[in-house]
Amino acid sequence: MSAAPWKAKVDDIITQQGRVKEVLLPCLGAIQEVSGYIPQPAISYLQECLDVPSVDIYGVITFYGMLTTKQQGKYVIRLCNSLPCHLNKSENILRVVERKLGIKAGETSPDGKFTLETVACLGLCDKAPAMMINDKSYGNLTEATTQEILAELNG
Amino acid sequence: MEKILTKNIDKPKASDIEVYLAGGGYQALPKALSLKPEGVISEVKKSKLVGRGGAAFPVGLKWDFTRKESTQPRFIVCNADEGEPGTFKDRVILKNDPHLLIEAIIIAGYAIGADKGFIYIRGEYYDEIEAVNNAIQQAKQKGYLGSNILSSDFSFDIQVYRGVGAYICGEETSLIQSMEGNRPCPDDRPPFPTQSGFMDKPTALNNVETLANIPSIINRGGDWYSGIGSPDSPGTKLFCLSGQVNKPGLYELPLGITLGELIENYGSGVNGKLKAVLPGGVSSRLLTDPEVKLDYKDVARAGSMLGSASVIVINQDTSIVDVARNTVEFFTHESCGKCSICREGTRQAREILTRMANGNGSAGEIDLLLELGEVMYDTACCGLGQAAMNVPTSAITLFRNEFEQKVR
Ligand SMILES: Cc1cc2nc3c(=O)[nH]c(=O)nc-3n(C[C@H](O)[C@H](O)[C@H](O)COP(=O)(O)O)c2cc1C
Ligand code: SF4
Ligand code: FES
Repeated sequence: MSAAPWKAKVDDIITQQGRVKEVLLPCLGAIQEVSGYIPQPAISYLQECLDVPSVDIYGVITFYGMLTTKQQGKYVIRLCNSLPCHLNKSENILRVVERKLGIKAGETSPDGKFTLETVACLGLCDKAPAMMINDKSYGNLTEATTQEILAELNG
Repeated sequence: MEKILTKNIDKPKASDIEVYLAGGGYQALPKALSLKPEGVISEVKKSKLVGRGGAAFPVGLKWDFTRKESTQPRFIVCNADEGEPGTFKDRVILKNDPHLLIEAIIIAGYAIGADKGFIYIRGEYYDEIEAVNNAIQQAKQKGYLGSNILSSDFSFDIQVYRGVGAYICGEETSLIQSMEGNRPCPDDRPPFPTQSGFMDKPTALNNVETLANIPSIINRGGDWYSGIGSPDSPGTKLFCLSGQVNKPGLYELPLGITLGELIENYGSGVNGKLKAVLPGGVSSRLLTDPEVKLDYKDVARAGSMLGSASVIVINQDTSIVDVARNTVEFFTHESCGKCSICREGTRQAREILTRMANGNGSAGEIDLLLELGEVMYDTACCGLGQAAMNVPTSAITLFRNEFEQKVR
């Protein structure tokens, strides 16, 4: 049986930087990146390696917007709703995405393809309204370009 | 006007070390190493540079405090968590001129006597993190990072620390908690990070843009820098212009230009008619006077805060009640929950403003919001809670009739 893909990442970080609490967040970030969520076995593994109680690990995970214990979709859509985007009608874009994907903000599509989130400022305010899909940025969104972007991913 | 912070960003392959070197890069480093650390700090003091992350604290003084702590090791941490709505300046340096920042951090490390630096970059900045990591590798290969830099006895390394999505981690004590693997709630100060920061060691924490000024200050002297812009707060500033303006974007300009000049001459005017402006993101208070000079003192005198200079323009077609609701929604989501006044106060304000935005507010709630703002300002533990009601309360002061139309 092959080990979970996150394990290699975690072992890597710990080998480089030691079994210290300061690596907790880098480890959690890496697990989220490779697995799309933080699975329970990963939490137990970190608890053991770093000697941090699991409640503390959960406390850290639940604090951050980019960490989840629920499997996220293949594409995580982060649509900004902070003021500069809001002033440039980000709500219309949200409506387009919700309609097109059939899910509301905060939900993952039943086929596991999309997760939709509204998030705080992404630092793309000069291109408002803006969103990110996984590690890619999209700005100056219109209803038409949003449709196109989604259609491409649905390919 | 001569550019200090953005002179390289439009060059092809600007993030490459060869391009940086060709533009005169890594010349400040040997110059700094030829001075005593105290000499570097004195040059920075002379420049009168203040922090660009929001609090406008004098940089030379912060380094001096850190250096004078007897504890070892010491750390320099660069705050690249950029999260204030309306702010998109640090990402440009991170992505397009990472060597400028790296050279600055090495100099800062030498000045305060640190052997390790960290750059805490927000997790959504994927390309920026990659650019900085590549730049660190290049700098190592050329001997600007590592042991005995440029044959001196100074050794120094930089590590990137990736955030994972929490606005509050931009607050310095919360950022340190985050790096330590704790739940990142802000700490009471004192002790300040300069005394007891990362791993309880003396830590100088500076914003990306703040540090990006350092190589020029070392190359050309503090006196040269203090002659730029307004005498009270010299230097250039990256203005992030967004909202209902025709040409949103990043503009490097001397501190002290007026709001009107920024919007008209650089932003090509308001998209619509000017109603109000937030000069320092959603943490600042609304202004309506285009004559206000954009430097730290003048904006404060006008009743607001320049902060990170994230200028958000609002036109007359926009409901100010809805603007207030949107900003409080942000703070409700981002409150860390440590103090009950901030946790509950933001929630209550959000409920009230949501009702008002829908036209269902009750008359007494307008003054209730003002009172809540005062109590939160006085009692919240950190800057988030203290600033959370700035937009609603300044909106009520300036546009009270709009609120009155929304209540019964
Ligand atoms: C709620 C809150 C959020 C902040 N966010 C940031 C940020 O994203 N980036 C930043 O540089 N400073 C931020 N700050 C300011 C930092 O606490 C700190 O003052 C700054 O990083 C110091 O660097 P400077 O002196 O170079 O400005 C924030 C402060 C508060 C209260
Ligand atoms: S003021 Fe708000 S964000 Fe700051 S420590 Fe208190 S609860 Fe947390
Ligand atoms: S407000 Fe949407 S990216 Fe900044």
